[in-house]
Amino acid sequence: MKNFANLFTRLDQTTKTLVKIAALIEYFKKVDDVDRLWAMGILSHRRPKRTVKISLLRQWAAEIAKLPLWLFEDSYRIVGDLAETIALVLPPPVQVLDHSLAYWIEEIKSLGGLTDEEKKERVLNAWSGLTRDERFLYNKLITGGFRVGVSQKLMMRALSQYSGQEESAIAHRLMGNWTPDNTTYADLILAENPLDDISKPYPFYLAYAVDGSPENLGNPAEWQIERKWDGIRGQVIVRGGELFVWSRGQELVTDKFPEYHPLATILPNGTVLDGEILPFDDGKPLSFNVLQTRIGRKNVTKKILESAPVSLMVYDILEFGGEDIRQKTMEERRQILVDLITILPTNDIILLSETLEFDSWEAAAAERENSRLHLSEGFMLKRKNSAYQIGRKKGDWWKWKVDPLTIDAVMIYAQQGSGRRANLYTDYTFAVWDDDKLVPFTKAYSGLTDAEFRQITSWVRKNTLERFGPVRSVKPAHVFEIAFEGINKSTRHKSGVALRFPRMLRWRKDKPIKEANTLEDLQGMLAVYG
Amino acid sequence: MKSDLLKFTEKGIYCEAADVYIDPWKPVPRALITHGHADHSRWGSKAYLATDIAAPVIKYRLGDIKMETIKFGEERKINGVKFSFHPAGHILGSAQIRLEHKGEVWVASGDYKLEDDGLAKPFEPVRCHTFITESTFGLPVYDWKPQEEIFADINAWWRQNAADGKTTFITGYSLGKAQRILRGLDTSIGNIYTHGAVENINEVIRNQAISLPETTRITRETDKKLFPGNLILAPPSALNSAWMKKFKPVSIGIASGWMTLRGPRRRKAADRGFPLSDHVDWKDLNKAIEMTEATRVIVTHGYSSIFSKYLNEKGIQASIENTAYEGELAEVNENAEENKEKSD
Repeated sequence: MKNFANLFTRLDQTTKTLVKIAALIEYFKKVDDVDRLWAMGILSHRRPKRTVKISLLRQWAAEIAKLPLWLFEDSYRIVGDLAETIALVLPPPVQVLDHSLAYWIEEIKSLGGLTDEEKKERVLNAWSGLTRDERFLYNKLITGGFRVGVSQKLMMRALSQYSGQEESAIAHRLMGNWTPDNTTYADLILAENPLDDISKPYPFYLAYAVDGSPENLGNPAEWQIERKWDGIRGQVIVRGGELFVWSRGQELVTDKFPEYHPLATILPNGTVLDGEILPFDDGKPLSFNVLQTRIGRKNVTKKILESAPVSLMVYDILEFGGEDIRQKTMEERRQILVDLITILPTNDIILLSETLEFDSWEAAAAERENSRLHLSEGFMLKRKNSAYQIGRKKGDWWKWKVDPLTIDAVMIYAQQGSGRRANLYTDYTFAVWDDDKLVPFTKAYSGLTDAEFRQITSWVRKNTLERFGPVRSVKPAHVFEIAFEGINKSTRHKSGVALRFPRMLRWRKDKPIKEANTLEDLQGMLAVYG
Repeated sequence: MKSDLLKFTEKGIYCEAADVYIDPWKPVPRALITHGHADHSRWGSKAYLATDIAAPVIKYRLGDIKMETIKFGEERKINGVKFSFHPAGHILGSAQIRLEHKGEVWVASGDYKLEDDGLAKPFEPVRCHTFITESTFGLPVYDWKPQEEIFADINAWWRQNAADGKTTFITGYSLGKAQRILRGLDTSIGNIYTHGAVENINEVIRNQAISLPETTRITRETDKKLFPGNLILAPPSALNSAWMKKFKPVSIGIASGWMTLRGPRRRKAADRGFPLSDHVDWKDLNKAIEMTEATRVIVTHGYSSIFSKYLNEKGIQASIENTAYEGELAEVNENAEENKEKSD
């Protein structure tokens, strides 16, 4: 565990990608195959099943630290992390238990079948032989919820450099349902895998936001104008009779979207499409909320497939007949794409993102105002004579999003953040007026600077009306402009509405609370955009 | 019922019998000062009393004030109330103030710590009936490592930075923490440069015939090329300032008790956080109170509601009084006073 604790400390001490990669590589070199595989598993969220109840851990920790349970709980609330709180309050170790990461994971797994008393004995023994850093990790292994600041991608980069294999090959090898229990490092990473090459995606071309108005982009006729779809950017590859779906984060998500699996036979070999994984049903896109219900789920159940169906809204083709055609112009690629899609029996699995024609930017701007009615976020502008480039480049692709909806609301509850933001009041609940009552309608926790959060934190401490566990009700005094991307009817909320991606746009220090918006204003927005 | 020897008023902690205030936060006729930190020694009172060791810094900070001094352990009677100052171990010259009147003994402890930092005279337990305490780190998760370990970490970090050709930049409150860090640094690694606010205090302290390692004040004229491999000591308010930009490539460290927790450590986006505090941790807080044998405790700043609840459960009568004291808050939050010094 020493090596892993050391790795964790080094990762935690830096925000710099290169330093993190160096630390990972050094760790990969230092440990054996089994520990290396477990570290990879943990960093890709493959943890052992929980074998001890959290409430028991809390009791035992309080008991060993000779603290009343309430004091332990209050400390936990302030620290914001259970594994850390336990590690900090325990008395110093009285023995040295120096074992590998894999040993401790096996130890934790083996607790499964034991009685609570037996578990307690084993956990207490572990605590008594680990340093503070090691205890923290041991607790994390039991409780789950590792946040190390190492993305999947960063780990892949380190692994790629360590193993000398291409990142895309690593990404492909790490997809799927492997766990450190059912494979080995050699099988997973080193064995020959002919699918490495054929799964390889192209880097995505990413657009910048239009600066102000698109007037200086020249004649609108030189631009391919499409709606900007509100889904997940995806690349669909069919090569050698196999289908691969990549998301923008270089994540292979083929398994998560079984709807696309027929494409392996429908699309000709040597085809790569760029498009949007879009929730879609009955001839029209659905709200992004729908898609959110299935992102991040391990298993895609039949129920989810029915409640959150997806299509692929395609807008570009990068490879055709096995040939890389990214250097052809947008106009040429579009033609190839249209010819291909129109002859295929794609039955709504693939939809062609339609292009719009305008005589002037004013006309385009007017239509853009209708974006929300099409469940789109605005327009994409792509120069017709441009090649498909790599990464985020200015000039040929622009996103021209509609302005967010906004409403002025009064802050009425505040709660401390967790992790990086523990100790700061960063999560607020906002309300609008219903006659002379304030009705809560949304929470928001982003959009302010650290300095503003600190300022509000000290204000909250002095202006608390009541405490409900970690939540404080505060004097209604501050108005914030809340921006959001969409509004839906909700039966779960008292206000009857649910917002999409609400965040704080501005702290309206200039506004007295009486001038905040009303529930009627929200209902008006719901009628138009809901 | 007998009335309390000390009362918490809107101006500060007040002794009616003697007509003096302890660490008042508003101007008063007569102020007894525990130590020179800005939240305890404020401008505007007519007359001040502090220990002879704390006085130079207080005078330096508050300017032209009427100041009397007193030695540790010396007794002084004011209107029949017996006053004496006892070491608090917080920073150089910091004191607990003991009052005795009609057989009743109170101690107002200001800020304090038990670990001997080699600069402040170590905390002296003073037996009393009522003890007024801070609880800045009054949670069981705060458990300081011995300072030797922290300094070893700081020096190892500096050494690594020097090997990487980087400048080492460490922050600590300019009065107290900065000098404590200074004395813990391994000067064989490189030179130490200081922010003006730190150096001003260093000068005051050196004038008291207290030796500190050699430091060089950074001025507009200081050549940027001198910094890599060396260390810069600055107050927390210097973080994210334009002034900091000239030290690249740099590794930034913060020395503060708050750095115990991962959340605050990561939120600061510093490279390293070193949990070093001039306040008591949980076990020393409890130990200090035990040693006073006080039957009544008044908790001023910090995790006061949690800590007083805990004391009450232990059978010590405890209550909370609100003050304007901040404890080590200034170490993480931007501090007006530090900013003021910087613009000097």
